[in-house]
Amino acid sequence: MTAETTETAEIGKRRTRKEDARLVTGQTNWTDNIQLPGLLHVAFLRSPMSHARLDRVDVSAAVSMPGVIAAFSGADFAAEQGSLPCAWPVTPDIVIPAHPPMAVDEVRYVGEIVACVVARDRYAAADALERIDVDYSPLPAVLDMEAALAPGSPLVHAAGNKSFEWPFANGDVEAAFADAPVVLERTYRQQRLIPCAMEPRATVCAPVGDEYTLWSATQIPHVLRFLLAVVTGIPEHKLRVIAPDVGGGFGSKLQVTAEEVLTLLLARRLGRPVKWAESRSEGNLSAHHGRDQLQRIRVAADSDGRLRGLSVDLLADMGAYLMLVTPGVPLLGAFMYNAIYKMDAYSFKCTGVFTTKTPTDAYRGAGRPEATYAIEHAMDDLAAELGMDPLELRRRNWIQHSEFPYTTIAKLTYDSGNYEAATERAVSLFDYSALRSEQASRRASGDPVQLGIGISTYTEMCGLAPSRVLGQLAYGAGGWEHAAIRMLPTGKVEVVTGSSAHGQGHETAWSQIVADKLGVPFEDVRVLHGDTQVAPKGMDTYGSRSLSVGGVAVVGACEKVVEKARVIAAGLLEVSADDLEWTPGRWSVRGDPDSAKTIAEIALATFAAHNLPDGVEPSLDSEATYDPDNFSFPHGTHLCAVLVDTETGRVRIHRYVAVDDVGNVVNPLIVDGQVHGGIAQGIAQALYEEAAYDADGNLLTTTLADYLVPSAADLPEFVTDRTSTPATTNPLGVKGVGEAGTIASTPAVVNAVVDALRHLGVNDVEMPCTPQRVWRAIANASGGDRS
Amino acid sequence: MTKISITVDGVRYDDEVEPRMLLVHYLREVAGRTGTPIGCDTTNCGACTVLLDGFSVKSCSVLAVQASGSSVTTIQGLAENGEWHPLQQAFHEEHALQCGYCTPGMIMAAADLLRDNPNPTEEQVREGLEGNLCRCTGYQNIVRAVMRAASSAPSAPSAPSVPSVSGVTS
Repeated sequence: MTAETTETAEIGKRRTRKEDARLVTGQTNWTDNIQLPGLLHVAFLRSPMSHARLDRVDVSAAVSMPGVIAAFSGADFAAEQGSLPCAWPVTPDIVIPAHPPMAVDEVRYVGEIVACVVARDRYAAADALERIDVDYSPLPAVLDMEAALAPGSPLVHAAGNKSFEWPFANGDVEAAFADAPVVLERTYRQQRLIPCAMEPRATVCAPVGDEYTLWSATQIPHVLRFLLAVVTGIPEHKLRVIAPDVGGGFGSKLQVTAEEVLTLLLARRLGRPVKWAESRSEGNLSAHHGRDQLQRIRVAADSDGRLRGLSVDLLADMGAYLMLVTPGVPLLGAFMYNAIYKMDAYSFKCTGVFTTKTPTDAYRGAGRPEATYAIEHAMDDLAAELGMDPLELRRRNWIQHSEFPYTTIAKLTYDSGNYEAATERAVSLFDYSALRSEQASRRASGDPVQLGIGISTYTEMCGLAPSRVLGQLAYGAGGWEHAAIRMLPTGKVEVVTGSSAHGQGHETAWSQIVADKLGVPFEDVRVLHGDTQVAPKGMDTYGSRSLSVGGVAVVGACEKVVEKARVIAAGLLEVSADDLEWTPGRWSVRGDPDSAKTIAEIALATFAAHNLPDGVEPSLDSEATYDPDNFSFPHGTHLCAVLVDTETGRVRIHRYVAVDDVGNVVNPLIVDGQVHGGIAQGIAQALYEEAAYDADGNLLTTTLADYLVPSAADLPEFVTDRTSTPATTNPLGVKGVGEAGTIASTPAVVNAVVDALRHLGVNDVEMPCTPQRVWRAIANASGGDRS
Repeated sequence: MTKISITVDGVRYDDEVEPRMLLVHYLREVAGRTGTPIGCDTTNCGACTVLLDGFSVKSCSVLAVQASGSSVTTIQGLAENGEWHPLQQAFHEEHALQCGYCTPGMIMAAADLLRDNPNPTEEQVREGLEGNLCRCTGYQNIVRAVMRAASSAPSAPSAPSVPSVSGVTS
């Protein structure tokens, strides 16, 4: 690339977003904004019982309420509602219970749908819910995973409370532990979280004849269309799914929901358009939750800190049913516990457990934050055990830059990485040694406010995923992504992407890629997505895959356009195609740069098609589908300093430095934003959020008053920077950034909290590290009576 | 049903509504101003924040009948003569939004904050926006955007003048 083209390159520019124009002016098309003639509204009656037999569901009184069109119980749809899909049967003997969208015989969590009302407006529908009569015979709630697995436990499903057991091992684990000078054993708890995308879920379905258009606040219009067809039997080609503007997802909209299926079936039965829009309380109860694992971890090390072996025994709470990828979430973590470290042996076992709680599924990071939390916490714990600086312990064990590509003990091949560079940069921005001195002086003086430093040298696997690997892991779909380019006669470009953005900024970033690859102005590119009729193929957006898979597909589609343009340009210029050379935006005759055709000229000539070479189709349009060979492995070093008031237990983040290596960057503005938001969400897990249940299985955190999504006042300013070690596995050299911050920050914060209190005898504080938990941890460690 | 008269983004609306109807539902479903979204049902998230006679309110915590006789400015009424308000411009330039769902409420709350305190410190911005939740940005760029708007904006919009249009809907 010449200096001149580098200067004008779009890739790497801090472009402000194209999406913003509609978002900052209120012209956004959220699903709940959709109005259609004759639109009906559905409201769902949800179980108030954690576990109960449904003896009787009587909707007759609801039907006679003003404005009500119809009301139904699960029995009314038993013949056609099918079972909600689980696309990831992780083992051959996995238990996948039937999951009717509307319960028929039994309810297994508070919030499960038992009946519905369809009315002329949402108020009438909500009012009529109160007239539905349900007789429940209570059954025992099953809330604790260990108790659920104990003999004699009440059963969530007749087949038992264990869904599956998934093992992995590499190397001689027994030998690694047998004579190890140091063995660390810890149990960490990943509390249950609620994703809380700001836009609650909503779905609208409009029937036209025997065809259906379904709008949904979803991350996965293509997967949803396929699975709605499978579940309902409606032929796939008669379903169109549209994800209009979608207000965040974080995994919570990576789902095929009961409400989507039922809205579709109601529209079919009533022959009228139907809308469902949830309230926040309804969403907290019934949209899938995340995390909820118990992690028993053992680490064997030499006395100089060298890691010998790692053993992980995981209990993962599935909740009451297996949803789209529920059982696969902990498996994504299975390959990440060893993280950036070298060791001789590794074993992993995950047991999926049913409880009478809301089902869990993907939540930002999905498996990797849990794994990263455990290993990074354990590394800090091990350093304390050895009396070693936790950074030094990591340095002794991480994969050296010179060792890449490196096949880990979990059998993934990391293509690239430079942990030294990222750590060095972070340490310098953080002023690590100064903060260590301050910590020492606060300890020495017995300051009631103690300072702690937490480290997280994380990596993650993203760019989901090589289809072949997904097949080996028994996932039901592939991991490719699709893109298409339409060259318009005026030289403008429409890019169709199969990934479905909901805040990530694809419209801007994809425009930058296309502008560079086709040599057209950024402004001349329009990106289309999120509608199965407009973007007919796609695997959608999750797992930090959009750029490293979908973006690469866009590159492939551009390259095909350029090659097609070459043949047509050769005809127009009356030279051989071999004599042409490409500079972004034009094909010119080699040695005669003035003899050239711009891509816009070629597009117009192709449209007219008067003068094309024989046998050449009158189209520059192209499509490409890209299936990655490998995952990508962003990494980085996050350092957090906290001040802990040992008298009140209050934790305040004093300094937060994040240095991430996400490979090449298409748009630094967007990447920084992803990192900020990711860090915030990881801090939220560390300090604030927990989906709490009472002893009867009632969710206590149904509102944003109880479930503490942090506000601006709860979060600090983050210092962010990057190192760049381009991925070698894709032509853009990108790695993905959507989840990195969330994966990195939780252990950095908790490690800091524990580090502040370690000298008081505290080795762990369960998340979220609320003032009460911190205060109790101090009390328990000091033997004082603080209960 | 109760008769109300509300001016929304400079246009007067005369309607009959159920006394229990929330202002946000009125704005979205009767006046058709869907630029103001709903993010919760307990007044915690702030997504539905609008200006009521120039002061920010969460429009889910006000009944439509309570707003009768008042003037409401939503995100859709903030730009003047096709020019974005400095806060809209600043949110765009600082990348203070990702999914954009909290943005209308965040901008309206920030407008009131700057009306009250035209030169806030970063901490005052954080405290002042405490009632508005964002799940995407970690707030860093929101704070920057408000600081940027503060340094560029004369002030928050005054309550709009009311043209003599009535019976626009229903």
